[in-house]
Amino acid sequence: MGWITPLGLDIESVWQRILRGESGVEPTFRFDASTFPTRFSAQVKGYDWRKYVRDPHLHGQVGDHAAYALGAAAQAWQSSGLEGFAGLDRERMGIYLGGGEGVPDFEHYVAANLGGWNAQTRRIDAAAWAAVAKGCMNVAREVGQEPNMPVTHLALEFGAMGPTHNCLTACAASTQAIGEATEILREGDADVMITGGTHTMIHPLGVTGFNRLTALSTRNDDCQHAARPFDRHRDGFVMGEGAGMIILETLDHARARGANILAEVVGYGSSADAFRITDIPEDGHGARASMQQALADAGLTPADIDYISAHGTGTKENDSTETGAVKSVLGERSRQVPMSSVKSMLGHLIAAAGAVELITCVLAIRDQMLPPTMNLSDPDPACDMDYVPNAARQAPCHVCLSNSFGFGGQNDTIIIKRFA
Amino acid sequence: MSRRVIISGLGPVTGLGLGIEANWQALSQGHSAIAPITAFDPSGFDCRLAAEVKDFKIGNFVPKTYRKATKVMARDIELAVAAADLAARDAKLVTKGTAPPPPESGDGVPLSYPSGRVGANIGASLIACELDELTSALAEARKEDGSFDIHKWGEHGMQQLTPLWLLKYLPNMLACHVTIIHDAQGPSNTITCAEASSGLSLGEAMRVIQRGAADVSFCGGAESKINPMAFLRQQMLGRLSTASNDLPAAAVRPFDQEAAGMVLGEAGGIVILEALDTFTARAAASGARAYAEVVGFGASQTCHPATRNLTPDPQGRAIRLAIQAALREAGVGPEAIDLILPFGSGQPAYDQAEAQALKTIFGGRLAQVPVVSTKPMWGNCGAASGALDVCAGAQALVTQTVPPCLNRSRPLEGLGAGGPARPARLAHVLTYATSLGGQNAAVVLKKV
Repeated sequence: MGWITPLGLDIESVWQRILRGESGVEPTFRFDASTFPTRFSAQVKGYDWRKYVRDPHLHGQVGDHAAYALGAAAQAWQSSGLEGFAGLDRERMGIYLGGGEGVPDFEHYVAANLGGWNAQTRRIDAAAWAAVAKGCMNVAREVGQEPNMPVTHLALEFGAMGPTHNCLTACAASTQAIGEATEILREGDADVMITGGTHTMIHPLGVTGFNRLTALSTRNDDCQHAARPFDRHRDGFVMGEGAGMIILETLDHARARGANILAEVVGYGSSADAFRITDIPEDGHGARASMQQALADAGLTPADIDYISAHGTGTKENDSTETGAVKSVLGERSRQVPMSSVKSMLGHLIAAAGAVELITCVLAIRDQMLPPTMNLSDPDPACDMDYVPNAARQAPCHVCLSNSFGFGGQNDTIIIKRFA
Repeated sequence: MSRRVIISGLGPVTGLGLGIEANWQALSQGHSAIAPITAFDPSGFDCRLAAEVKDFKIGNFVPKTYRKATKVMARDIELAVAAADLAARDAKLVTKGTAPPPPESGDGVPLSYPSGRVGANIGASLIACELDELTSALAEARKEDGSFDIHKWGEHGMQQLTPLWLLKYLPNMLACHVTIIHDAQGPSNTITCAEASSGLSLGEAMRVIQRGAADVSFCGGAESKINPMAFLRQQMLGRLSTASNDLPAAAVRPFDQEAAGMVLGEAGGIVILEALDTFTARAAASGARAYAEVVGFGASQTCHPATRNLTPDPQGRAIRLAIQAALREAGVGPEAIDLILPFGSGQPAYDQAEAQALKTIFGGRLAQVPVVSTKPMWGNCGAASGALDVCAGAQALVTQTVPPCLNRSRPLEGLGAGGPARPARLAHVLTYATSLGGQNAAVVLKKV
């Protein structure tokens, strides 16, 4: 596994910073957000994708989402030992990502739009628009915005020729990708899958979109404490960016090559709220169905769950509804199961969030350490579970459940287990 | 033993028409929807043709109670929602969205399935913003000299946009609106792999049903690139036909020696996939019929560093891998395939790679197998295109008709020439798509 995150660029140092409860949030420097309702975010720093690939010329110009994907996948590839495995059949190696949209070429896009604007008709004159756009836009930059481009670049880097997919179910995307990659392996359609997610929406139109939805925290005077899942004073999520990648294999394939197995994926569930595009149903029926399916798929009961990685965005609506849905699935057991949100430190990596969070679950099992929910000083009465508040905790941890819920109502759950 | 999966409903929304009957009638007569663009003034573009969906009102395809939500639907979403409505009705599927309003007393018509057993797997692409809407807000954030001022944008420009602006353009909103309208609470996904999206979505929906996670699925995709931004991207890539603006119906020439690029279409292509066991239980009472059985699916990735995977390798190796995987699952050899609906976009590099892949699989028999591209008729409809070919293939099996093969007077070596529609004994149809970026999906359909 590997990741590129606002707290760092490798598994071990980021994990240690998470366990120390550090924050990756700071004023936005990616663009001038100084007058936006939200002026901060959790940004990736000091990253150069060229250092992670075999040959940068192979890739040419890549979009930010593909760049993050390459670095995270290179770490995962390195740690998997697959490069040295002579028996690797690249026609049986696939990719399944939850990759977001790329970053618009904002400057030139705006120039074309304003250049094509007819103030009298209040319409775009397409011919005038085209004249400006053709003069300033760059084809690689434009194609690089397609959501499938991270898959395309990973395929170039690793020579994968098996089944490849990208899904984009908003904030649920990479959890869904890992779930469907698991199904492809179970089905026998591939032996190895590179899977995970990558995304950044830290650009003027991305922040505009979420600000208009009033989904982002606007705690501009205290941004390090703005991401406060389950806290009474939470006021929205904090935008993050980055990628998380893992390599899944069939057990037979992993054993045959003597792989170091980090964990087993045992359960996957997927559902839709079918409620409203803007709201979550109060009864959390979609989230509940997703968790129940994952438990049934794993052949486990609530008694088996040791830790839950929450979706835990820090929006008013999500955290209380999520708590209710988890409690309705776990019943009495919900008093004992710790559930935390690393979004309190990393921000919300949107399509990439689920993959990064699943990696923290693998590490929690490895180290028997649960990551904290930071900034939880005054719990919301509607959020009454054990959220591992403000400090990491040593605890027995063998089975973890990770939830992701997308805007619009697509829900996904993965359960992983210590491999034995 | 996994469950068998059939197609019970087809919902194409294309430039040829709305619904399978209108589309099949136009398609089998060899009509082309390709014409000069009317959605915007194309005079500043090198290609000025497209296959547009005309006379289309989204309000006719949603329940009355949902009409308000159509305000937050980008064109791609509208096309998906309409296609899903048509597909569900074609399948005689009673959902929250298709059920007649309940009578004042007593219960309404019972739903065909519990909502948790209904899935959605709808492919999409990058959705382009409506430029008029965005720019009217951008124009409020200019400096004295007319240039853009991001400070003014942050202060008040962005406030001109409707609060739900972002939700019009999230690719997963195609599936989200469809699941809300039809109360489909089962597994739901949005695959975004350009032209392979709907083939991959159909394959995944098939797997979901095979493993028992749902009984029925809305699957396919929708997309419109008939807007300046999306259109320009394709032009910048050199993918579009630019020399035939005066000859729209002849512009797209798949597998012809004079092929010179593709023409974009816009479409929704939704297909209802159903488990054979649950379909059989409801078929007699509902009058639903099975169009075809989906017997094979295969996916693969192109590896062609010379073009950074943006086009297929000249041998079409990965396209061949996807087709072979689909044939393997179908349990048939190439000799069983009676009709091929290829990607066939009319871009020479693609056509040649596809022809090589097909020659490798079918050998000398290829010249006798009809290889019919639908793209001269409804254009390359992006994320919808694979599902549209599934619609055409399913209807070809039902009517035992090979659709017409247009604009191929001088075929590439090894392929047969074009010709009008003709009756034929068809047992298996193969269709496949390859994306900008190299994801490939292949599907084998079987006559029921």
